[in-house]
Amino acid sequence: MTNSRFPANRTPEIGAFFQRDRNWHPPAFTPAYKTSVLRSPQRPLLSLDNTLSELTGPVFGHNILGELDNDLIHNFAGPGESAIGPRILVYGRLLDERGIGVAGALLEVWQANAGGRYRHKKETYFAPLDPNFGGCGRTITGEDGSYCFRTIQPGPYPWPNGPNDWRPAHIHFSIFGHGFAQRLITQMYFEGDPMIWRCPIVRTINDRRAIEGLTAALDMEATIPMDARAYKFDIVLRGRRSTLFENRIEGN
Amino acid sequence: MVQALGRLKESASQTAGPYVHIGLTPNFAGIAGVYERDLGTAMVNDKTRGERIWVNIRVIDGAGSPLKDALVEIWQADAAGIYNSPSDLRGSADPNFTGWGRLPTDMTTGECMFETIKPGRVPFFDGRKMAPHLTVWIVARGINIGLHTRMYFSDEETANAEDPVLMRIEQRERVSTLVAPRDGNIYKFDIHLQGINETVFFDI
Repeated sequence: MTNSRFPANRTPEIGAFFQRDRNWHPPAFTPAYKTSVLRSPQRPLLSLDNTLSELTGPVFGHNILGELDNDLIHNFAGPGESAIGPRILVYGRLLDERGIGVAGALLEVWQANAGGRYRHKKETYFAPLDPNFGGCGRTITGEDGSYCFRTIQPGPYPWPNGPNDWRPAHIHFSIFGHGFAQRLITQMYFEGDPMIWRCPIVRTINDRRAIEGLTAALDMEATIPMDARAYKFDIVLRGRRSTLFENRIEGN
Repeated sequence: MVQALGRLKESASQTAGPYVHIGLTPNFAGIAGVYERDLGTAMVNDKTRGERIWVNIRVIDGAGSPLKDALVEIWQADAAGIYNSPSDLRGSADPNFTGWGRLPTDMTTGECMFETIKPGRVPFFDGRKMAPHLTVWIVARGINIGLHTRMYFSDEETANAEDPVLMRIEQRERVSTLVAPRDGNIYKFDIHLQGINETVFFDI
């Protein structure tokens, strides 16, 4: 996490981030998603403009990455083996709200296997583990904010919320931007999945367009024939103000 | 009609869910051999400058139970008050201090314990110095969007009294929800998600 690992041709930006639209994001209290009832703050959030503590954030170097970190088909598999399931590429760009690519940003993903089973000690679903699938991956975005993972398409899985609730197929994404205020965790869904609109977690989001923004498009043009289909998923982080006309004290 | 602003919308947040460990702390989750070590588990080394401390964090729900499936990240300046980030243009941070840590809360006790150093003071945007603090960010099952708070230090009374952020808290009795008491070299920070002692969370 040093300046030398930052793309050399970019001057770090130091402007404050655009405020979050908390009508677009899910609210904390969403009783149809039962766990949120006791885990949601009831008092209003305290608002203030960004300080250095939020404008700055950790930056990770490529030295943390192993060769297979963005290949979930192989990164847990035995020699000569690979995970079972529909082979897919998940690719896209990490942008900010101004449409500018966010370079050098760490993306981390996790997911269930093709049968909807997570490799986790707290998971009790009886669909079997895949001995060649772990379910975690990570990558760092390129100069234009681009990224790519290779994985298998996860299956839907049941969860103890309502008596018969099933999650749509989804991949969890954790994203770092350039400032800690951009820190975001979200989920990616798949085009055409009829489970999306039935899911209490998806429906914590009140705006249909925001849900569509989390739904990856099938991309036959990026598909590798006879190998892996492709899904395109662009992620958007908070934009930031230009400091051109801001009369701020040195250091901010 | 007027010109379009041409802005995109931030991707909407979703809960990290109960299996956040698979992606963010796979070795803790029992998934060995993919990453050498879980990211964020080591913030300091033998050469790190500053006072070595431990920060014990629990996240407590509205029924008084500590969360056993939360993931906590902290972000802080080094001992001189510089952030190890390209966006901090004030100088070079301590190369032996990452400033960023990540730990899951224990599946039995609900505690996590960061080994770190006490941060220096960082200027507010008007130049006043903020009191030493850690940014704390929490995700978990049942939390739809990461919760952002700060931890201040109980033995920094003078600095806390003039901290521009703490001064913004209208109900003065709530300031104490952000101040962690010291016991030896350990600061214990209990974060209450809701109820009578609800921690102050920020929209920042």
